[in-house]
Formats: sequence, C-alpha cells, structure tokens
Amino acid sequence: MIEFSKEAMELAQRIIKRYPEGKHKSALLPILHLAQSEFGGWLSPETMDYVAGILNIKPIEVYEVASFYSMYNLKPVGKCLLEVCRTGPCLLRGADDVVSYIGNKLNIKPGETSADGMFTLKTVECLGACGYAPMLQCGADFYENLTEEKLDLLIEKLGAQPERSTYLKSFGVNV
Amino acid sequence: MGRQLLLEHIAEPGIETFAVYRKKGGYASVEKALKTMTPDQVTEEVKISGLRGRGGAGFPAGMKWSFLDRKSEKPRYLVCNADESEPGTFKDRYLMEKIPHLLIEGMITGSYALGAKTSYIYIRGEYMYIVGILEKAIDEAYANGFLGKNILGTDYSLDLYVHPGAGAYICGEETALLESLEGKRGNPRLKPPFPAVSGLYASPTVVNNVETIAAVVPIINNGGAEYAKIGIGKSTGTKLISASGHIKKPGVYEIELGVPVEEFIYSDQYCGGMLTNRPLKAVVAGGSSVPILPADLILKTAKGEKRLMTYESLSDGGFVSGSMLGSGGFIVMDDTTCIVRNLWSFARFYHHESCGQCSPCREGTGWMEKVLHRIEHGHGHMGDIDLLVDVAKKIEGNTICPLGDAAAWPVASAIRHFREEFEYHVKYPEKIKNPKHFAIEPFLSEKKLELVN
Amino acid sequence: MAKVTIDGVEIEVPDGTTILNAARQIGGASVPPAMCYYSSLKGSGGKCRVCLVKVAQGSAKDPRPMPKLVASCSTNVMDGMVVQNLTSPEVLEARKGVVEFLLINHPLDCPVCDQAGECDLQNLAYEHGAAKTRYEEDRRTFEKIDIGDKIKLHMTRCILCYRCTMVADQLTEKRVHGVMNRGDASEISTYISKAVDNDFSGNMIDVCPVGALTDKTFRFKSRVWFTKPLDAHRNCTKCSGKVVLWMKDDEVLRVSARKDQYGEVKEFICNECRYDHKTLADWTVEGPRHIDRSSVIAQNHYEKIDLSTLKKEIDRQIEFQKGKPVPAPKTLAQ
Repeated sequence: MIEFSKEAMELAQRIIKRYPEGKHKSALLPILHLAQSEFGGWLSPETMDYVAGILNIKPIEVYEVASFYSMYNLKPVGKCLLEVCRTGPCLLRGADDVVSYIGNKLNIKPGETSADGMFTLKTVECLGACGYAPMLQCGADFYENLTEEKLDLLIEKLGAQPERSTYLKSFGVNV
Repeated sequence: MGRQLLLEHIAEPGIETFAVYRKKGGYASVEKALKTMTPDQVTEEVKISGLRGRGGAGFPAGMKWSFLDRKSEKPRYLVCNADESEPGTFKDRYLMEKIPHLLIEGMITGSYALGAKTSYIYIRGEYMYIVGILEKAIDEAYANGFLGKNILGTDYSLDLYVHPGAGAYICGEETALLESLEGKRGNPRLKPPFPAVSGLYASPTVVNNVETIAAVVPIINNGGAEYAKIGIGKSTGTKLISASGHIKKPGVYEIELGVPVEEFIYSDQYCGGMLTNRPLKAVVAGGSSVPILPADLILKTAKGEKRLMTYESLSDGGFVSGSMLGSGGFIVMDDTTCIVRNLWSFARFYHHESCGQCSPCREGTGWMEKVLHRIEHGHGHMGDIDLLVDVAKKIEGNTICPLGDAAAWPVASAIRHFREEFEYHVKYPEKIKNPKHFAIEPFLSEKKLELVN
Repeated sequence: MAKVTIDGVEIEVPDGTTILNAARQIGGASVPPAMCYYSSLKGSGGKCRVCLVKVAQGSAKDPRPMPKLVASCSTNVMDGMVVQNLTSPEVLEARKGVVEFLLINHPLDCPVCDQAGECDLQNLAYEHGAAKTRYEEDRRTFEKIDIGDKIKLHMTRCILCYRCTMVADQLTEKRVHGVMNRGDASEISTYISKAVDNDFSGNMIDVCPVGALTDKTFRFKSRVWFTKPLDAHRNCTKCSGKVVLWMKDDEVLRVSARKDQYGEVKEFICNECRYDHKTLADWTVEGPRHIDRSSVIAQNHYEKIDLSTLKKEIDRQIEFQKGKPVPAPKTLAQ
C-alpha cells in the first residue's frame, strides 16, 4: 500500500481546489507529476490506482492519460533521466553527437539504463531550447550549449547528486 | 534595434520580482483597465491595435475576444497557451522565465476584458522549472492585491492558476489543450463548437498564446492606436522571434514587424550572420510546421522584392514560393545541412506527436517518417519522392486539427525546393553513408556541378 | 427545417441534422460510408475521415463553399447547403487516401478473420480502395489477447474508431478498457490484464467495424456467408431480447444484435441472450433476416428477392450515372 507524504498530500488537495466543483479530474496531470516524483520516478499500476482513488475516477481513465503523455514513465528509470533533444534545430547543432557521446561514456543506448541504475538515456523531441542547442534535460533543469567537456562535468555532478524533477519544488516545498 | 514593448526591462536585475517589476511601471495596465475602462473598452483597444495571435495562426486577437459568448450564463475562462513546443520556438519560455509578471499582468487585464473569474496558464510539463517561477510570481501578485478578491478595491475578482502539461505537442492546439486541462488525453475536439462558445468545461473560453497576452499590456498602457503604428499593414506591433540554427547569435529577439529578413540574419543587432560564415542554404521562418524556403526565396520574394519579417511578406507567393511567419521560430541552415536529414527529423517529430485520433494523421505521419528514414539511410528509390508528395497531399486538409497540415507542409515544401537533393540520396547511397555527409562535402546540384566542371 | 442538396438530390431535414444523416434519409449511393460514426453512441464520429464530403455551397445565406472537405457525420446541414459526395472527384480521391491509410497497417488477414464477409473495412476497400499497395514498410503488430472469456482482441486489425470504449462508457457501469498510448502506437487495452465483464460487454463485438473484437463462442466455427440469419426473440429481463440467430442447419452458431442497413445496432442485447441461449428452442423465430447491405452474406441469400424493386434500383442507378463519371458498382457491371 502506497501513500503520499504529508506535504505531497496537502499539495494534492490544494491543487484539486484550483478547479471548479465537480471538475476535479482536471487535477489529474499535476497529481500524476506529484505521484511520479513521490514514488520512484515512474508510475506503476499501483501508483496510478492510488491517484484514481484520490480523484475518485476510474483507474482506466488514469491509464489512458498516463500513457498519452511522454513525461510519464510507465517503466522504472534510473535515478537520473537524461533526456536529449534531437529535433531539427538541435540536430543542426550536434544533438546526434551528444547522444552518442553519452551513450559511449555510460555504455548505454537510448532507452537503456546504466548498469548501476544511475542513468537512463532517452532521446526526446523539441524541448524549446532551440537557440541554446544542443541541450538535454535532467529533472527540471535544462543543460544547454553542451560540449563534451560540459557533459563530462555534468555526468560527474549528477552521478554524485542525482536530480529528479519534483513538482513539489515548484511550490517552494523542499524535498 | 527597434522599439522593445515586451523585453524593454528584461536586463533589469530582479525584474522577475514583483517589487522591481512594479517599480519599472508594471501592473499599470491593470490599474488603467480596472479603474478607468469597461471590459468592452479593453477589448476594443485590442481590436484597434491589430494584434494578431502570436502562437502561429496569426488570427486577430481582438476579433477572437469579441467572438466570446457573453450571453451565456456559464462562467467564462481565459486560458493562456504556454504549451510552446513548435520546434524552433522558445520565445514564451524566455518571456516567462525572465519577466513572469508581464504575463500575469496581461492575464489579469485580459481576464477583466473577457469577464473571466478564474483563469489558467497551461504550461508544457517540460518547463517545470518555470512552473516554480510563475507560482512564485502569482503568489506575489496575490499578496499585493492584484489577484484574488476585489482587485485594487474594485468589484473585479480573479483567481489565476498554473496547470502543467506532461509532454504532448498536440496540446498546443487549443481544443486539445482544453481536453488536457480537463484531465483527459490531448485529443483535439471536433469544431464547431468553437471554444468561444463551448470551451473549458463546455463554457465560453478564449485561449491565447503567452506573447499575445503579454502584448495586451503595452496595448492598454499606450493605447491600441499607438501599437498599430508599429509595423507594416496588417502586421502591427512587435514580435518575438526565436532564432536558432547556424547563426552567430541564436536567441530571442523582439523585432518591429517589417524588419527585412536579410537584416535579421546578418545584422549584429539580431542573428549576427552565419555561424562559420558559410553560405546560407535555407530558412524555416516560422517554426517547423511552415514551408522551408531556399536562400534566394527567403531573402527576396519570387517577384524580386525584399522579403520582410511580416505575416504578409513571408507568405507572399503562397506555398509555391512563400512561407509563413507562424510562431516566429526562425531556423537558419547553412550549406552543410542535409535537407533530407532535417526533414526526417521533423517528420519523426510529427509522427511522435500525432495524437492518433484520426486516420490520415495517425497513419500518414508514420508512413512519411519511415520513407524519409529509408531515403536518408540510402535505401530509397525514385518513386519514394513522389509517394511522399502524394501522402502529404492526402493528409493535408483531411484531418481533425492542423497537426496534419503541419506535418504535410514541411515535406511538400522540402521536396518542392530541394528535389534534387532527395534524388541525390537515392542515386548515390554510398555518398551519404556518413550522417554528416554534407558537412564533409556540401551538396551541389548536378546542374551546378556541370557548370563547375 | 433545412433544405439540402446531396449529389443533386434535394431533401428537407430538421435543423441540427448532420449531412450524413440527411444523406441516409435519401439513401442509395449518395450515402457516405462511416467507419467510426455510430448513431446510437454519443460522441462517436469525426475520427476515421472516410465520410469526408465537399460542401460546394455553405448555405443560402452564405453560398461560399467550405474551404476544406468536411466530415459529414459531424457537420450539420444549413438551409440551402449543396453537398457533393460521389459527384466530387476531390472527395473520391481523399476517400481513397483514407482507405489506404486505414489499410497500411491492417494485416489483411481476411482469409482467417471471422469478420470477413461482414467487415466494413473490407467493403470500403472493395468500393473505394486502390488495387495495389504502395506501402513497403513493416506493419504495426500486436499480440492478440483475451479480454474476458468471451471476447478476443486482435489489436492488429483495429482502426481505432473508439466505438467499443463508448459502448463500455455508455452501456456499462465500469469501463475497464480504453485507448492507451498515442499516435500510431495507440491501442485498445485494459492496460493491466483485466477481464471486461459485465452484462452488456458483448455489444463491443457488434459495434466493431472490423475483426478486432470477435465473439470467442463463434470464432472459426463458420464463414458468415455459410450461415443463415434468422430474426428471433425471447423474453429477457435485461434487454429487448430481439436478436439475429446465425444458423448452420439446426445449430445456433452465433447470436448477435440486429443491425440496420448501415451496420448499426439500435437495440443492444445482453450477454445472456448473446452467449447463453444457443439452442433454437430458447427462441421464437420470426423469419429470415433481411440483409440488404453490399455484403457477401447477401450473395448467399435465400430470402425471396422482389425483382421489381431490384429493377427499380438498377434503373435509378443507371439514370444517376448518365453523364456522371461515377464507376458502376461491380455487381451491376457484370
């Protein structure tokens, strides 16, 4: 049986109140973000059923939504999810090189997790940083104008202190 | 550099805080609107300004506001579209990150004009760090009496909330955005009914882009007529352009509409010229969805006139020799760029982002991507090129929402203007084995090769 | 009321009628095909795009043509509207394109598919499709799964019309299946293995336009055109009890709800009627089921044909085609 922390539950209730009476399903996307950061960076069926319970909706409604949006991980991921943008403008400025450099360095292919469970490499479509390409996102942070030196430093830093996107942080709640 | 209506104070230290923003004249439009104007007068000023939707479609914003069903008993909503995900576009992110109060001020003034009591900013989930910035700014606005009950002591009350998406380009389409805001899959709705009649929770709703809403602030402060003086013809005011690709100074620039394209690319005020001084090959002027234009057609129209950064000039020549201003995502490519590879990347993007609801887009985007993948990797045949054109034609105009068109136009235009390059890929598969083939030896058409030899 | 002209035939229909339903009132060849629209399911339609038509004149007030083809199932008529279906080459071209899109990832396993013979996609491909495929990439495939003990899901055959999810939403209390993922990876699924189990779940089979959802109690028993359909009913506490029995000799091979000429069920039936009464003795037989769709089942018809009606229909179609470049349906051309 899983359960939100007290802070997360308070925030969930606060978010639900942002939508009109009876329209609480609106809170599904934000609460899935919360759940993903609370329960290990991915959404297990158990997590999704829990969210369905909070919002009093059918579990299938949660599965349908969670599988639609690319930010929800339906399978476990490493402690750091390295999402490298590879669409047009990033491609022009060397996104392919970033993917292969990280891949070689960590000995993983896109979609795979490193043996120590620390890094998952993922290629994603446009993240809105075209002018600062090539770039990658880890947690909520954007790392832009990447070079091999920057990547070395970044991987070292993240390896020591993993960064995971937390929706709680956006509300000034430190976790 | 032209007049800066949105980014004027961007370099001011602390402009992201309420105190500094207010000191620089922030929230004046809210005071002016709420205390001295009726909601209809605010709408009228926006109409007079000639402001056109900055999200890509360029529909007159004032007219969109006037379509809102004001007779309905239901609550009305203003929803800000901050789902910016058109490849090549990153202006909204810049604006929200650097000067969040400008958006919030626009939302308050706009909501007042529309009679909305609750408004939402729908921001793409990948911009999670900006969610924090906006939440903080909204808290400050509440604390200073610009949000909440009886704003500035008037009868007007407004609640404003941020709603994060979770990774879906399609949610930039306004009805998909509303579905997503209702906690559903981002499947675009059938229209009619339009959101102005039946939008969020089946209530009258206006959905506007971040930049459109921000532009309401200078329009109300200086008057619509003053705003309309800037620009050329029906392209009034200033526009944020996101410049990327092979240029010296990529970034976000606020231009007065009407700047010549050539000046925008080569002037030190803007892009600063080509990255390694190589020749310009092509430009995608308004985000990945709009037709790509080769160097000669982006600098000058087919009639030989100077091409300007306006809605009209960029679309001069229709799709045969023109393009669109779109969202202002200006992607510059030098002669090392492989058009096929770039197009394949765009096609992959649309394939990845199709919601899958209607058949032409669901099946067609994947088909185009697979064929382009084959051509780019040396497994194409000549028939593939016409096949792509035909598939694009069968998607275009036949889908529920404009994503189908957005996927079809880049394919059709790239083949229209760079057909020889596609043929080259089919004819010489060994020459394109290296993914960076044109970086090693830039493409030269066979006609030009003949001339050289 | 609104007067609308479809392929040259004028009809007056109540305001708020869709173009498709107005065309159905006229009947005959001008009726656009529909793969996702289903009149008894709320919110259906608009997705498959095979019913696209051209609006050559918007209305009497605003006679401008509509800039794009419109989905006739979800566009309302206006007074004075002029619509072109088969008379517009543009429509035929677009429809051919949509059929091609629906087929590129379809397995074309008709020889082993139970739906063959009563498949809307098969009929559509026959009438509007191209003779050759231009698709040379790998087709999308899925594992076939059981959703419940009575229904087999062949996702590979699905065209994502969303009808079955609407049945579950509108006819049953607890929907446990839906559309997962997005784009061309979309699939009908329960996500975690769950049985679709409630009194009306069997109707998902009847609304499925293709062979994606099939009745496990009928699978591989017989090709449909070798069975003889009978209208029958029984007293049922859960539903109307009005069904079609699909017979082979004296054996009831399958029970389904009654479909109209557009393949739509107006009275849904319960699972008890569908699965648990496969003996003729349980039913009051009304007589042979009239099948008037362009289905191969009609080829094996034993029902008496009214020759004068048939002749009238042939004459009407010949008249219709005079001077119009519409290909004759193959059955008449022979």
